Amino acid sequence: MQGLITADQAIQFSYWITAILFIMGLKRMSSPVTARSGILWAGAGMVVATVITFLTPGMANFGLIAIAVVLGSVIAAWSGKRVAMTDMPQMIALYNGMGGGAAAAIAAVELYKLSDPAHAGTTHDTAVLALAVIGGLIGAVSFSGSLIAFAKLQGLINKSLRFGGQQILNLLLLAGALALGAMVALGIDQSAGVVTTFFVVALVLGLTMTLPIGGADMPVVISLYNALTGLAVSFEGFVLGNSAMIIAGMVVGAAGTLLTQLMAKAMNRSLGNVLFSGFGDTGGEAQGTVTGSMKPIEATDVGVMMAFAQKVIVVPGYGMAVAQAQHKVWELCQLLIERGVTVKFAIHPVAGRMPGHMNVLLAEAGVPYDIIADLDEINAEFETCDVALIIGANDVVNPVARTDKSSPIYGMPILNADKSKNVIVVKRGKGAGFSGIENALFYLDNTRMLYADGQRAAIDLIGAVKAVG
Amino acid sequence: MEGMIALYIFMLAAFVGYEVISRVPVILHTPLMSGSNFVHGIVLVGAMVALGNANSTLEQVIGFVGVLLAAGNAVGGYVVTERMLEMFKSSGSGGKKGTH
Repeated sequence: MQGLITADQAIQFSYWITAILFIMGLKRMSSPVTARSGILWAGAGMVVATVITFLTPGMANFGLIAIAVVLGSVIAAWSGKRVAMTDMPQMIALYNGMGGGAAAAIAAVELYKLSDPAHAGTTHDTAVLALAVIGGLIGAVSFSGSLIAFAKLQGLINKSLRFGGQQILNLLLLAGALALGAMVALGIDQSAGVVTTFFVVALVLGLTMTLPIGGADMPVVISLYNALTGLAVSFEGFVLGNSAMIIAGMVVGAAGTLLTQLMAKAMNRSLGNVLFSGFGDTGGEAQGTVTGSMKPIEATDVGVMMAFAQKVIVVPGYGMAVAQAQHKVWELCQLLIERGVTVKFAIHPVAGRMPGHMNVLLAEAGVPYDIIADLDEINAEFETCDVALIIGANDVVNPVARTDKSSPIYGMPILNADKSKNVIVVKRGKGAGFSGIENALFYLDNTRMLYADGQRAAIDLIGAVKAVG
Repeated sequence: MEGMIALYIFMLAAFVGYEVISRVPVILHTPLMSGSNFVHGIVLVGAMVALGNANSTLEQVIGFVGVLLAAGNAVGGYVVTERMLEMFKSSGSGGKKGTH
Protein backbone atom coordinates (compact mmCIF):
# COMPACT_ATOMS: atom_id res chain seq x y z
CA MET A 1 0.00 0.00 0.00
CA GLN A 2 2.84 2.39 -0.76
CA GLY A 3 1.67 5.96 -1.32
CA LEU A 4 -1.60 5.53 0.55
CA ILE A 5 -1.83 6.73 4.12
CA THR A 6 -3.05 4.34 6.79
CA ALA A 7 -6.01 5.02 9.03
CA ASP A 8 -3.62 5.52 11.92
CA GLN A 9 -1.63 8.16 10.03
CA ALA A 10 -4.84 9.96 9.07
CA ILE A 11 -5.91 9.95 12.73
CA GLN A 12 -2.56 11.24 13.97
CA PHE A 13 -2.58 14.00 11.35
CA SER A 14 -6.14 15.01 12.25
CA TYR A 15 -5.22 15.17 15.94
CA TRP A 16 -2.33 17.44 15.01
CA ILE A 17 -4.74 19.74 13.15
CA THR A 18 -7.06 19.63 16.18
CA ALA A 19 -4.26 20.66 18.53
CA ILE A 20 -3.49 23.64 16.29
CA LEU A 21 -7.16 24.65 16.11
CA PHE A 22 -7.48 24.41 19.91
CA ILE A 23 -4.42 26.57 20.58
CA MET A 24 -5.40 29.15 17.95
CA GLY A 25 -8.95 29.12 19.33
CA LEU A 26 -7.80 29.77 22.91
CA LYS A 27 -5.48 32.50 21.66
CA ARG A 28 -8.37 34.21 19.89
CA MET A 29 -10.60 33.80 22.94
CA SER A 30 -8.20 35.86 25.02
CA SER A 31 -9.01 39.10 23.18
CA PRO A 32 -12.52 40.67 23.10
CA VAL A 33 -12.29 41.45 19.39
CA THR A 34 -11.59 37.90 18.24
CA ALA A 35 -13.13 35.99 21.16
CA ARG A 36 -16.21 34.87 19.30
CA SER A 37 -14.31 33.34 16.42
CA GLY A 38 -12.08 31.56 18.95
CA ILE A 39 -14.77 29.16 20.12
CA LEU A 40 -15.67 28.41 16.48
CA TRP A 41 -12.05 27.43 15.76
CA ALA A 42 -11.91 25.22 18.83
CA GLY A 43 -15.29 23.73 17.97
CA ALA A 44 -14.08 22.83 14.48
CA GLY A 45 -11.09 21.09 16.07
CA MET A 46 -13.38 19.05 18.28
CA VAL A 47 -15.54 17.93 15.35
CA VAL A 48 -12.47 16.87 13.33
CA ALA A 49 -11.08 14.84 16.23
CA THR A 50 -14.39 13.17 17.12
CA VAL A 51 -15.24 12.13 13.56
CA ILE A 52 -11.79 10.75 12.75
CA THR A 53 -11.73 8.73 15.99
CA PHE A 54 -14.46 6.44 14.61
CA LEU A 55 -11.81 5.19 12.13
CA THR A 56 -9.53 3.94 14.94
CA PRO A 57 -8.48 0.39 13.98
CA GLY A 58 -9.67 -2.50 16.14
CA MET A 59 -12.56 -0.73 17.83
CA ALA A 60 -15.85 -2.42 18.66
CA ASN A 61 -19.06 -1.32 20.43
CA PHE A 62 -19.80 1.30 17.75
CA GLY A 63 -23.50 1.20 18.58
CA LEU A 64 -22.85 1.95 22.25
CA ILE A 65 -20.42 4.73 21.35
CA ALA A 66 -22.89 6.39 19.00
CA ILE A 67 -25.73 6.16 21.54
CA ALA A 68 -23.59 7.63 24.33
CA VAL A 69 -22.29 10.47 22.13
CA VAL A 70 -25.76 11.42 20.90
CA LEU A 71 -27.37 11.09 24.33
CA GLY A 72 -24.68 13.12 26.14
CA SER A 73 -24.66 15.77 23.41
CA VAL A 74 -28.42 16.24 23.33
CA ILE A 75 -28.76 16.53 27.12
CA ALA A 76 -25.83 18.96 27.37
CA ALA A 77 -26.96 21.08 24.42
CA TRP A 78 -30.46 21.29 25.85
CA SER A 79 -29.30 22.27 29.33
CA GLY A 80 -26.63 24.64 28.02
CA LYS A 81 -29.09 26.53 25.83
CA ARG A 82 -31.68 27.15 28.52
CA VAL A 83 -29.44 28.05 31.47
CA ALA A 84 -29.64 31.70 32.54
CA MET A 85 -26.53 33.87 32.24
CA THR A 86 -26.51 34.30 36.01
CA ASP A 87 -26.19 30.54 36.44
CA MET A 88 -23.21 30.16 34.08
CA PRO A 89 -20.62 29.51 36.81
CA GLN A 90 -22.35 26.40 38.12
CA MET A 91 -22.98 25.09 34.61
CA ILE A 92 -19.27 25.42 33.86
CA ALA A 93 -18.64 23.50 37.09
CA LEU A 94 -21.06 20.78 36.02
CA TYR A 95 -19.60 20.33 32.52
CA ASN A 96 -16.12 20.42 33.98
CA GLY A 97 -17.02 17.70 36.45
CA MET A 98 -18.30 15.59 33.56
CA GLY A 99 -14.92 15.93 31.84
CA GLY A 100 -13.16 14.87 35.03
CA GLY A 101 -15.50 11.92 35.36
CA ALA A 102 -14.78 10.89 31.78
CA ALA A 103 -11.02 10.99 32.43
CA ALA A 104 -11.55 8.85 35.55
CA ALA A 105 -13.70 6.44 33.51
CA ILE A 106 -10.90 6.01 30.96
CA ALA A 107 -8.50 5.23 33.80
CA ALA A 108 -11.02 2.79 35.30
CA VAL A 109 -11.45 0.88 32.02
CA GLU A 110 -7.66 0.62 31.61
CA LEU A 111 -7.08 -0.45 35.22
CA TYR A 112 -9.89 -3.02 35.30
CA LYS A 113 -8.34 -4.60 32.19
CA LEU A 114 -5.36 -5.57 34.35
CA SER A 115 -7.47 -8.19 36.13
CA ASP A 116 -9.51 -9.13 33.05
CA PRO A 117 -8.55 -12.61 31.73
CA ALA A 118 -9.35 -11.44 28.18
CA HIS A 119 -6.36 -9.13 28.38
CA ALA A 120 -4.01 -11.58 30.12
CA GLY A 121 -0.49 -11.31 28.83
CA THR A 122 -0.64 -7.64 27.86
CA THR A 123 1.67 -5.79 30.20
CA HIS A 124 1.95 -2.09 30.78
CA ASP A 125 4.91 0.05 31.68
CA THR A 126 4.97 1.18 35.32
CA ALA A 127 5.16 4.78 34.06
CA VAL A 128 2.01 4.31 31.97
CA LEU A 129 0.17 2.73 34.88
CA ALA A 130 1.35 5.45 37.25
CA LEU A 131 -0.02 8.15 34.93
CA ALA A 132 -3.28 6.23 34.53
CA VAL A 133 -3.60 6.09 38.33
CA ILE A 134 -2.72 9.76 38.88
CA GLY A 135 -5.01 10.88 36.07
CA GLY A 136 -7.78 8.71 37.49
CA LEU A 137 -7.30 10.16 40.96
CA ILE A 138 -7.32 13.77 39.72
CA GLY A 139 -10.26 13.12 37.41
CA ALA A 140 -12.33 11.49 40.16
CA VAL A 141 -11.58 14.31 42.63
CA SER A 142 -12.49 16.88 39.97
CA PHE A 143 -15.70 14.97 39.22
CA SER A 144 -17.12 14.75 42.73
CA GLY A 145 -15.66 18.13 43.75
CA SER A 146 -17.22 19.90 40.76
CA LEU A 147 -20.60 18.32 41.52
CA ILE A 148 -20.41 19.78 45.04
CA ALA A 149 -19.40 23.17 43.62
CA PHE A 150 -22.39 22.98 41.27
CA ALA A 151 -24.74 22.03 44.11
CA LYS A 152 -23.48 24.88 46.28
CA LEU A 153 -23.82 27.58 43.64
CA GLN A 154 -27.19 26.20 42.56
CA GLY A 155 -28.33 26.53 46.17
CA LEU A 156 -28.83 22.79 46.64
CA ILE A 157 -26.32 22.79 49.49
CA ASN A 158 -26.39 25.86 51.69
CA LYS A 159 -24.32 24.85 54.65
CA SER A 160 -20.61 24.30 54.62
CA LEU A 161 -19.81 21.07 56.37
CA ARG A 162 -16.93 21.61 58.73
CA PHE A 163 -15.58 19.62 61.63
CA GLY A 164 -12.39 19.22 63.60
CA GLY A 165 -9.68 17.18 61.94
CA GLN A 166 -11.02 17.82 58.48
CA GLN A 167 -7.57 18.50 57.04
CA ILE A 168 -6.26 15.34 58.67
CA LEU A 169 -9.11 13.32 57.17
CA ASN A 170 -8.36 14.76 53.73
CA LEU A 171 -4.68 13.96 54.11
CA LEU A 172 -5.50 10.40 55.19
CA LEU A 173 -7.83 9.95 52.21
CA LEU A 174 -5.17 11.31 49.86
CA ALA A 175 -2.54 9.02 51.36
CA GLY A 176 -4.92 6.06 51.13
CA ALA A 177 -5.71 6.76 47.48
CA LEU A 178 -2.02 7.13 46.65
CA ALA A 179 -1.17 3.89 48.47
CA LEU A 180 -3.90 1.96 46.66
CA GLY A 181 -2.85 3.55 43.37
CA ALA A 182 0.78 2.59 44.00
CA MET A 183 -0.26 -1.02 44.63
CA VAL A 184 -1.93 -1.10 41.22
CA ALA A 185 0.79 0.78 39.36
CA LEU A 186 3.64 -1.29 40.82
CA GLY A 187 1.81 -4.55 40.17
CA ILE A 188 1.58 -5.53 43.85
CA ASP A 189 -2.17 -6.06 43.68
CA GLN A 190 -4.09 -5.25 40.53
CA SER A 191 -7.35 -6.98 41.45
CA ALA A 192 -10.68 -5.36 40.63
CA GLY A 193 -11.37 -4.91 44.34
CA VAL A 194 -8.31 -2.71 44.86
CA VAL A 195 -9.10 -0.66 41.76
CA THR A 196 -12.69 -0.13 42.94
CA THR A 197 -11.56 0.91 46.44
CA PHE A 198 -9.07 3.31 44.88
CA PHE A 199 -11.79 5.11 42.91
CA VAL A 200 -14.21 5.20 45.84
CA VAL A 201 -11.55 6.80 48.07
CA ALA A 202 -10.73 9.32 45.31
CA LEU A 203 -14.40 10.27 44.89
CA VAL A 204 -14.83 10.71 48.65
CA LEU A 205 -11.72 12.91 48.74
CA GLY A 206 -13.32 15.20 46.16
CA LEU A 207 -16.38 15.52 48.40
CA THR A 208 -14.54 16.16 51.66
CA MET A 209 -12.17 18.63 49.99
CA THR A 210 -14.96 20.75 48.53
CA LEU A 211 -17.70 20.60 51.18
CA PRO A 212 -15.94 22.89 53.69
CA ILE A 213 -15.26 25.61 51.10
CA GLY A 214 -17.71 28.49 51.23
CA GLY A 215 -19.80 29.71 48.32
CA ALA A 216 -17.85 32.94 47.82
CA ASP A 217 -14.68 30.99 47.10
CA MET A 218 -16.31 28.64 44.61
CA PRO A 219 -15.13 30.48 41.46
CA VAL A 220 -11.52 29.83 42.43
CA VAL A 221 -12.36 26.21 43.20
CA ILE A 222 -14.15 25.70 39.88
CA SER A 223 -11.19 27.22 38.07
CA LEU A 224 -8.85 24.90 39.97
CA TYR A 225 -10.90 21.83 39.09
CA ASN A 226 -10.95 23.01 35.48
CA ALA A 227 -7.14 22.98 35.49
CA LEU A 228 -7.09 19.61 37.26
CA THR A 229 -9.43 18.06 34.69
CA GLY A 230 -7.07 19.31 31.99
CA LEU A 231 -4.18 17.53 33.70
CA ALA A 232 -6.19 14.32 34.11
CA VAL A 233 -7.12 14.39 30.43
CA SER A 234 -3.49 14.94 29.49
CA PHE A 235 -2.30 11.97 31.61
CA GLU A 236 -4.98 9.65 30.27
CA GLY A 237 -3.99 10.83 26.79
CA PHE A 238 -0.50 9.51 27.51
CA VAL A 239 -1.96 6.17 28.62
CA LEU A 240 -3.92 5.87 25.36
CA GLY A 241 -1.11 7.30 23.23
CA ASN A 242 -3.47 10.05 22.10
CA SER A 243 -1.57 13.21 21.18
CA ALA A 244 -4.66 15.44 20.93
CA MET A 245 -5.57 14.67 24.53
CA ILE A 246 -1.99 15.10 25.77
CA ILE A 247 -1.60 18.54 24.19
CA ALA A 248 -5.11 19.93 24.75
CA GLY A 249 -5.23 18.63 28.32
CA MET A 250 -1.86 20.09 29.26
CA VAL A 251 -2.64 23.43 27.58
CA VAL A 252 -5.82 23.65 29.66
CA GLY A 253 -3.96 22.48 32.76
CA ALA A 254 -1.48 25.35 32.45
CA ALA A 255 -3.97 27.98 31.29
CA GLY A 256 -6.37 26.93 34.04
CA THR A 257 -3.67 27.18 36.69
CA LEU A 258 -2.84 30.71 35.55
CA LEU A 259 -6.54 31.67 35.52
CA THR A 260 -6.93 30.25 39.02
CA GLN A 261 -4.04 32.37 40.25
CA LEU A 262 -5.46 35.49 38.58
CA MET A 263 -8.85 34.91 40.18
CA ALA A 264 -7.44 34.20 43.62
CA LYS A 265 -5.37 37.39 43.30
CA ALA A 266 -8.42 39.42 42.29
CA MET A 267 -10.15 38.18 45.45
CA ASN A 268 -7.06 38.76 47.55
CA ARG A 269 -7.01 35.11 48.55
CA SER A 270 -4.21 32.64 48.14
CA LEU A 271 -5.06 29.23 46.80
CA GLY A 272 -3.97 27.62 50.05
CA ASN A 273 -6.31 29.93 51.93
CA VAL A 274 -9.22 28.99 49.73
CA LEU A 275 -8.64 25.27 50.09
CA PHE A 276 -7.74 25.08 53.75
CA SER A 277 -9.16 28.01 55.71
CA GLY A 278 -12.86 27.62 55.05
CA PHE A 279 -13.87 31.28 54.87
CA GLY A 280 -16.35 32.28 52.26
CA ASP A 281 -19.74 31.53 53.65
CA THR A 282 -21.97 32.39 56.56
CA GLY A 283 -19.34 33.10 59.16
CA GLY A 284 -21.51 34.97 61.63
CA GLU A 285 -18.88 34.55 64.32
CA ALA A 286 -17.61 37.61 66.15
CA GLN A 287 -17.90 40.23 63.45
CA GLY A 288 -16.53 43.64 64.35
CA THR A 289 -19.22 45.76 65.92
CA VAL A 290 -20.75 48.37 63.67
CA THR A 291 -22.08 51.58 65.16
CA GLY A 292 -24.84 53.82 63.83
CA SER A 293 -28.04 52.93 62.07
CA MET A 294 -29.21 52.26 58.56
CA LYS A 295 -31.17 55.21 57.17
CA PRO A 296 -33.89 54.42 54.66
CA ILE A 297 -34.83 56.59 51.67
CA GLU A 298 -37.68 56.62 49.14
CA ALA A 299 -37.20 56.04 45.41
CA THR A 300 -38.65 59.47 44.51
CA ASP A 301 -35.96 61.24 46.54
CA VAL A 302 -33.23 59.14 44.94
CA GLY A 303 -34.67 59.95 41.50
CA VAL A 304 -34.37 63.70 42.14
CA MET A 305 -30.89 63.27 43.58
CA MET A 306 -29.67 61.38 40.50
CA ALA A 307 -31.47 63.56 37.96
CA PHE A 308 -29.62 66.65 39.20
CA ALA A 309 -26.29 64.93 39.76
CA GLN A 310 -23.25 65.54 37.61
CA LYS A 311 -21.82 62.11 37.96
CA VAL A 312 -23.43 58.82 38.95
CA ILE A 313 -21.46 55.62 39.42
CA VAL A 314 -23.39 52.37 39.44
CA VAL A 315 -21.86 49.50 41.40
CA PRO A 316 -23.64 46.36 40.27
CA GLY A 317 -23.40 43.04 42.08
CA TYR A 318 -24.68 39.56 41.73
CA GLY A 319 -27.93 40.54 43.46
CA MET A 320 -28.76 42.81 40.51
CA ALA A 321 -28.34 39.93 38.10
CA VAL A 322 -30.41 37.57 40.25
CA ALA A 323 -33.25 40.10 40.21
CA GLN A 324 -32.83 40.33 36.40
CA ALA A 325 -32.54 44.08 36.92
CA GLN A 326 -29.65 44.82 34.54
CA HIS A 327 -31.93 45.79 31.63
CA LYS A 328 -33.94 48.20 33.79
CA VAL A 329 -30.79 49.61 35.38
CA TRP A 330 -29.40 50.33 31.93
CA GLU A 331 -32.71 51.96 30.95
CA LEU A 332 -32.41 54.18 34.04
CA CYS A 333 -28.84 55.07 33.11
CA GLN A 334 -29.87 55.95 29.57
CA LEU A 335 -32.46 58.39 30.99
CA LEU A 336 -29.77 59.98 33.14
CA ILE A 337 -27.33 60.19 30.22
CA GLU A 338 -29.98 61.97 28.16
CA ARG A 339 -30.21 64.53 30.96
CA GLY A 340 -26.49 65.12 30.70
CA VAL A 341 -25.45 63.12 33.75
CA THR A 342 -22.16 61.28 33.46
CA VAL A 343 -22.86 57.62 34.21
CA LYS A 344 -20.31 54.91 34.79
CA PHE A 345 -20.41 51.31 35.89
CA ALA A 346 -17.79 50.21 38.40
CA ILE A 347 -16.97 46.52 38.20
CA HIS A 348 -15.14 44.76 40.98
CA PRO A 349 -13.02 41.84 39.75
CA VAL A 350 -15.31 39.41 41.58
CA ALA A 351 -18.60 41.17 40.91
CA GLY A 352 -20.95 38.46 39.83
CA ARG A 353 -19.58 35.14 40.81
CA MET A 354 -16.41 35.02 38.77
CA PRO A 355 -14.04 37.56 37.34
CA GLY A 356 -15.68 38.78 34.16
CA HIS A 357 -19.12 37.39 34.98
CA MET A 358 -20.63 40.85 35.56
CA ASN A 359 -19.23 42.10 32.26
CA VAL A 360 -21.05 39.28 30.49
CA LEU A 361 -24.29 40.17 32.28
CA LEU A 362 -23.97 43.87 31.44
CA ALA A 363 -23.06 43.07 27.84
CA GLU A 364 -26.25 41.02 27.71
CA ALA A 365 -28.23 44.12 28.75
CA GLY A 366 -26.50 46.17 26.04
CA VAL A 367 -24.32 48.40 28.24
CA PRO A 368 -21.49 49.76 26.05
CA TYR A 369 -17.92 48.95 27.01
CA ASP A 370 -16.62 52.49 27.32
CA ILE A 371 -18.70 53.32 30.39
CA ILE A 372 -17.74 50.12 32.22
CA ALA A 373 -14.67 50.66 34.36
CA ASP A 374 -12.74 48.25 36.52
CA LEU A 375 -11.49 48.83 40.03
CA ASP A 376 -8.18 50.51 39.22
CA GLU A 377 -9.73 52.89 36.70
CA ILE A 378 -12.70 53.99 38.77
CA ASN A 379 -11.55 54.18 42.37
CA ALA A 380 -10.15 57.71 42.16
CA GLU A 381 -13.40 58.91 40.59
CA PHE A 382 -15.65 58.18 43.55
CA GLU A 383 -14.45 61.34 45.31
CA THR A 384 -15.88 63.47 42.49
CA CYS A 385 -19.05 61.43 42.23
CA ASP A 386 -22.41 62.76 43.42
CA VAL A 387 -24.29 59.50 43.71
CA ALA A 388 -22.93 55.98 44.00
CA LEU A 389 -25.76 53.54 43.33
CA ILE A 390 -24.95 50.19 44.92
CA ILE A 391 -27.27 47.60 43.52
CA GLY A 392 -26.88 44.02 44.61
CA ALA A 393 -23.25 44.46 45.66
CA ASN A 394 -22.12 44.10 49.24
CA ASP A 395 -18.70 42.80 50.26
CA VAL A 396 -16.93 44.52 47.35
CA VAL A 397 -17.86 47.96 48.76
CA ASN A 398 -17.33 47.14 52.44
CA PRO A 399 -14.84 49.68 53.86
CA VAL A 400 -14.05 47.20 56.64
CA ALA A 401 -11.71 45.55 54.15
CA ARG A 402 -9.47 48.62 54.42
CA THR A 403 -9.55 49.12 58.16
CA ASP A 404 -10.52 46.11 60.25
CA LYS A 405 -7.70 43.62 60.55
CA SER A 406 -9.95 41.09 62.25
CA SER A 407 -12.34 40.93 59.32
CA PRO A 408 -12.07 37.91 57.02
CA ILE A 409 -12.10 40.25 54.02
CA TYR A 410 -9.37 42.53 55.40
CA GLY A 411 -6.98 43.47 52.61
CA MET A 412 -9.33 42.66 49.76
CA PRO A 413 -9.26 45.49 47.23
CA ILE A 414 -12.66 47.20 47.30
CA LEU A 415 -14.49 49.87 45.35
CA ASN A 416 -14.29 53.13 47.32
CA ALA A 417 -17.99 53.87 47.05
CA ASP A 418 -17.96 55.29 50.58
CA LYS A 419 -15.92 58.26 49.29
CA SER A 420 -18.70 59.60 47.08
CA LYS A 421 -20.98 62.42 48.25
CA ASN A 422 -24.07 60.23 48.45
CA VAL A 423 -24.31 56.49 48.59
CA ILE A 424 -27.57 54.76 47.75
CA VAL A 425 -27.73 51.08 48.57
CA VAL A 426 -30.47 49.06 46.92
CA LYS A 427 -31.09 46.06 49.07
CA ARG A 428 -33.91 43.64 49.59
CA GLY A 429 -33.63 43.34 53.34
CA LYS A 430 -31.28 44.01 56.19
CA GLY A 431 -29.36 40.74 56.07
CA ALA A 432 -25.63 40.39 55.50
CA GLY A 433 -24.14 39.51 52.10
CA PHE A 434 -22.98 36.33 50.41
CA SER A 435 -20.06 36.09 52.82
CA GLY A 436 -22.17 36.91 55.87
CA ILE A 437 -20.02 39.88 56.88
CA GLU A 438 -21.68 43.00 58.26
CA ASN A 439 -21.18 45.96 55.91
CA ALA A 440 -19.98 49.18 57.56
CA LEU A 441 -20.85 51.16 54.42
CA PHE A 442 -24.57 50.80 55.19
CA TYR A 443 -24.14 52.71 58.47
CA LEU A 444 -22.23 55.73 57.14
CA ASP A 445 -23.70 59.23 57.39
CA ASN A 446 -23.72 59.71 53.61
CA THR A 447 -25.44 56.36 52.98
CA ARG A 448 -29.15 55.84 52.44
CA MET A 449 -30.85 52.48 52.07
CA LEU A 450 -33.43 51.90 49.37
CA TYR A 451 -35.17 48.72 50.46
CA ALA A 452 -36.48 46.95 47.38
CA ASP A 453 -35.86 44.08 45.04
CA GLY A 454 -33.35 45.22 42.37
CA GLN A 455 -35.87 45.05 39.55
CA ARG A 456 -38.55 46.91 41.54
CA ALA A 457 -36.06 49.59 42.62
CA ALA A 458 -34.89 50.19 39.05
CA ILE A 459 -38.48 50.53 37.80
CA ASP A 460 -39.33 52.95 40.63
CA LEU A 461 -36.21 54.99 39.94
CA ILE A 462 -37.02 55.20 36.22
CA GLY A 463 -40.45 56.54 37.19
CA ALA A 464 -38.92 58.97 39.66
CA VAL A 465 -36.41 60.35 37.15
CA LYS A 466 -39.12 60.70 34.50
CA ALA A 467 -41.29 62.56 37.01
CA VAL A 468 -38.55 65.14 37.46
CA GLY A 469 -39.15 66.05 33.81
CA MET B 1 4.68 6.92 23.02
CA GLU B 2 8.34 7.44 23.76
CA GLY B 3 8.71 8.60 27.38
CA MET B 4 11.10 11.50 26.84
CA ILE B 5 9.19 12.79 23.83
CA ALA B 6 6.02 12.74 25.93
CA LEU B 7 7.82 14.73 28.63
CA TYR B 8 8.82 17.35 26.06
CA ILE B 9 5.25 17.53 24.77
CA PHE B 10 3.92 17.94 28.34
CA MET B 11 6.38 20.77 28.95
CA LEU B 12 5.85 22.61 25.66
CA ALA B 13 2.07 22.34 25.89
CA ALA B 14 2.18 23.74 29.43
CA PHE B 15 4.18 26.77 28.22
CA VAL B 16 1.77 27.27 25.34
CA GLY B 17 -1.20 27.21 27.73
CA TYR B 18 0.46 29.70 30.02
CA GLU B 19 1.53 32.08 27.24
CA VAL B 20 -1.69 31.97 25.28
CA ILE B 21 -3.76 33.47 28.06
CA SER B 22 -1.15 35.41 30.00
CA ARG B 23 -2.46 38.79 28.86
CA VAL B 24 -6.17 38.09 29.01
CA PRO B 25 -8.31 40.99 30.29
CA VAL B 26 -10.51 40.41 33.36
CA ILE B 27 -13.68 40.78 31.29
CA LEU B 28 -12.83 37.55 29.48
CA HIS B 29 -11.96 35.43 32.51
CA THR B 30 -15.32 33.69 32.73
CA PRO B 31 -15.72 33.00 28.99
CA LEU B 32 -12.11 31.86 28.80
CA MET B 33 -12.53 29.47 31.72
CA SER B 34 -15.58 28.14 29.95
CA GLY B 35 -13.64 27.91 26.68
CA SER B 36 -10.78 25.99 28.24
CA ASN B 37 -13.40 23.79 29.91
CA PHE B 38 -14.68 23.03 26.42
CA VAL B 39 -11.17 22.25 25.14
CA HIS B 40 -10.60 19.49 27.69
CA GLY B 41 -13.79 17.98 26.30
CA ILE B 42 -11.31 16.35 23.91
CA VAL B 43 -11.40 13.60 26.55
CA LEU B 44 -14.32 12.45 24.38
CA VAL B 45 -11.98 10.86 21.82
CA GLY B 46 -10.20 8.97 24.60
CA ALA B 47 -13.47 7.80 26.10
CA MET B 48 -14.59 6.61 22.66
CA VAL B 49 -11.38 4.58 22.26
CA ALA B 50 -11.73 3.18 25.79
CA LEU B 51 -15.31 2.07 25.13
CA GLY B 52 -14.31 0.81 21.69
CA ASN B 53 -11.75 -1.52 23.29
CA ALA B 54 -13.87 -2.55 26.29
CA ASN B 55 -14.62 -6.29 26.60
CA SER B 56 -16.28 -7.18 29.87
CA THR B 57 -19.68 -5.80 30.77
CA LEU B 58 -18.13 -3.76 33.60
CA GLU B 59 -15.70 -2.12 31.19
CA GLN B 60 -18.50 -1.44 28.74
CA VAL B 61 -20.69 0.17 31.38
CA ILE B 62 -17.87 2.40 32.63
CA GLY B 63 -16.83 3.19 29.08
CA PHE B 64 -20.40 4.10 28.17
CA VAL B 65 -20.69 6.43 31.16
CA GLY B 66 -17.31 7.91 30.21
CA VAL B 67 -18.40 8.70 26.64
CA LEU B 68 -21.70 10.08 27.93
CA LEU B 69 -19.95 12.42 30.38
CA ALA B 70 -17.29 13.43 27.86
CA ALA B 71 -19.88 14.29 25.20
CA GLY B 72 -21.66 16.37 27.84
CA ASN B 73 -18.42 18.18 28.67
CA ALA B 74 -17.66 18.93 25.02
CA VAL B 75 -21.13 19.93 23.83
CA GLY B 76 -22.22 21.72 27.02
CA GLY B 77 -18.89 23.56 27.19
CA TYR B 78 -19.28 24.68 23.59
CA VAL B 79 -22.87 25.85 23.96
CA VAL B 80 -22.33 27.98 27.08
CA THR B 81 -19.05 29.46 25.80
CA GLU B 82 -20.63 30.34 22.47
CA ARG B 83 -23.59 31.97 24.24
CA MET B 84 -21.34 34.10 26.41
CA LEU B 85 -19.05 35.16 23.59
CA GLU B 86 -21.96 35.95 21.33
CA MET B 87 -22.52 39.06 23.43
CA PHE B 88 -19.11 40.40 22.58
CA LYS B 89 -20.18 40.77 18.95
CA SER B 90 -21.71 44.22 19.27
CA SER B 91 -19.08 45.55 21.63
CA GLY B 92 -19.08 49.32 21.88
CA SER B 93 -22.24 49.91 19.87
CA GLY B 94 -24.49 49.41 22.88
CA GLY B 95 -28.23 49.19 23.11
CA LYS B 96 -28.34 45.84 21.38
CA LYS B 97 -29.56 42.89 23.31
CA GLY B 98 -27.83 39.55 22.86
CA THR B 99 -30.07 36.86 21.45
CA HIS B 100 -30.81 33.77 23.44
